[in-house]
Amino acid sequence: MNPTVTAFRVGLARGRIELRQLFTAAPDLIGQFLTPAIALAVLYLIRDRDYADTGMSIAELALPGLIGSIVAFNGLFAITNVLVLDREDGTLLRAKTVPKGMISYFVGKIVASAGSVCAQVVVVLAVGAVIIGGSAFDGPGAWAGFAGIMLLGLLATLPAGAILGGVLEGPRATFLLTVPLMGLVAISGIFYPLTALPGWLQGVAQAFPIYWTGLGMRSVLLPPEAVSVEIGGSWRYPEMVGVLGGWASAGLVIAPIVLARMARHESGSSMATRRDKAMQRAF
Amino acid sequence: MRSTDGVVLDVEDLRMRYDTADVLHGVGFRAKRGEVLVMLGPNGAGKTTTLEILEGFRKRSEGRVGVLGVDPEQGDERWRARIGVVLQSWRDHARWRVRELLGHLGALYLPYRGEGIRPPWGSDELIDLVGLADQGDARIATLSGGQRRRLDVAIGLLGRPELLFMDEPTAGFDPAARRDFHDLVHRLADLEETTVLMTTHDLDEAEKLADRILILAGGRIIADGSAAELTRAVAGEAEVRWSLDDRHFVHTTSESMKFVHELFGQHGAEVRELEVRRASLEEVYMTLVRRHESGEIDGAVRTLAEVGR
Repeated sequence: MNPTVTAFRVGLARGRIELRQLFTAAPDLIGQFLTPAIALAVLYLIRDRDYADTGMSIAELALPGLIGSIVAFNGLFAITNVLVLDREDGTLLRAKTVPKGMISYFVGKIVASAGSVCAQVVVVLAVGAVIIGGSAFDGPGAWAGFAGIMLLGLLATLPAGAILGGVLEGPRATFLLTVPLMGLVAISGIFYPLTALPGWLQGVAQAFPIYWTGLGMRSVLLPPEAVSVEIGGSWRYPEMVGVLGGWASAGLVIAPIVLARMARHESGSSMATRRDKAMQRAF
Repeated sequence: MRSTDGVVLDVEDLRMRYDTADVLHGVGFRAKRGEVLVMLGPNGAGKTTTLEILEGFRKRSEGRVGVLGVDPEQGDERWRARIGVVLQSWRDHARWRVRELLGHLGALYLPYRGEGIRPPWGSDELIDLVGLADQGDARIATLSGGQRRRLDVAIGLLGRPELLFMDEPTAGFDPAARRDFHDLVHRLADLEETTVLMTTHDLDEAEKLADRILILAGGRIIADGSAAELTRAVAGEAEVRWSLDDRHFVHTTSESMKFVHELFGQHGAEVRELEVRRASLEEVYMTLVRRHESGEIDGAVRTLAEVGR
């Protein structure tokens, strides 16, 4: 038995177990589905309103963007949050005390984060198709495109989330992180086209993966004529693959370095220091 | 891979410096296979730092350290599989179930079977061993403090380690749990030849468990020996109390047995309520730490350590 192969196998098992935990605990289910549920409800209420003279409803146009933002936002935030918490409660340190524990830990986290994002996307897509309609898969090509955008979106955001999780200290920092992330969602053309924003904001949005996963999802879920709303009237596939691929490659290069450094510095005393700080905050 | 001379832990002139403050100033000691070493010392003496260096979680500033014949900074995963670690207070994996977590982490040890490494414990075996049989399917978050600590010990034992580090393993134990834990340590040392290095603030516990006691104060080892040896070395005199015709007597002597023999020779069966009291480990500990803090002693009280070298 090869220890590294075993560590991967054990990591997959960890991912399965943690996914089961995520989907059997009420607080986690609420945490995962509250925001998408609110967004779907809003879209449902405005389902009859058309966007300009496209002949398509705002809700239909927004649903793919909503899915794209779930992929990018949760891909990033889920793993950041879990890493920060696991450093604080000793889960990460525990992984350090068993042979090849770190490998199995990270495999497990990637599986659990990616799995929870996929589950959310599937649920929102299914519910959205029923109550809003509009987005229809057109043959195996569309499915392949959808899977490709999912994969690219997760590759662009998971490593970045892991880097943030390795750098941020404490739940307060992760909470503060949600503020700029929400801001990014707001300017990323999810609920109204990016072209409605001032030019410099369009530039900012296009530097981050959220806009591009949204665009990608629209490109596979909406009818071809919907492209007229986009910048330049094009799905801009080369740019999409370029930006998402850039985030993915940079993340995959930097994340292992940051995480190895973080793991090296993790010890009982560094945890005790964090715990003391947390206690001081509480009083 | 086992060290042939039976030396499992070999620490020499270990120094640790954080920025400008020195935490360890030349710590040195050894442990042989199957020995139980208990490290005592005031808070901030450097006990946890020493353990973390030996566990390979912290880089030392200076000195030579051998753990199972390997420098912990160079220790690979095979080495890691041979040692067990119980750190201070953990609350990880709160949502997992006891048996689930033990099975999950235990699987990581399976590839290291054979090759001179002992096979890991099965989860059920281990659950019984630490006395969590009724909590096997409980969520870890629902365990009491003492049960949680038992689980920490169980995880430390997963790979059936040759060497076990434990930092205050009995914190939060009730007296019964404490006694169970003491039986467990004796069993590990006697039957499994596991070498144990642990810290505690409970001096009774140290006296019960330790083959050797190390007292660490101000980043130095100020005493190294068995409880009896330390007691003899520090407080050579014993107190003899007895009563005769309803009168109570107290006598302090360094040759208590001889004195008692003479006492009976003189008064025979008239001697009542005889009590010979040596200094307790607690008194020895307090004396040594006080002496150290007042700067009275330079060298350490070493007994077995010298004999061992």
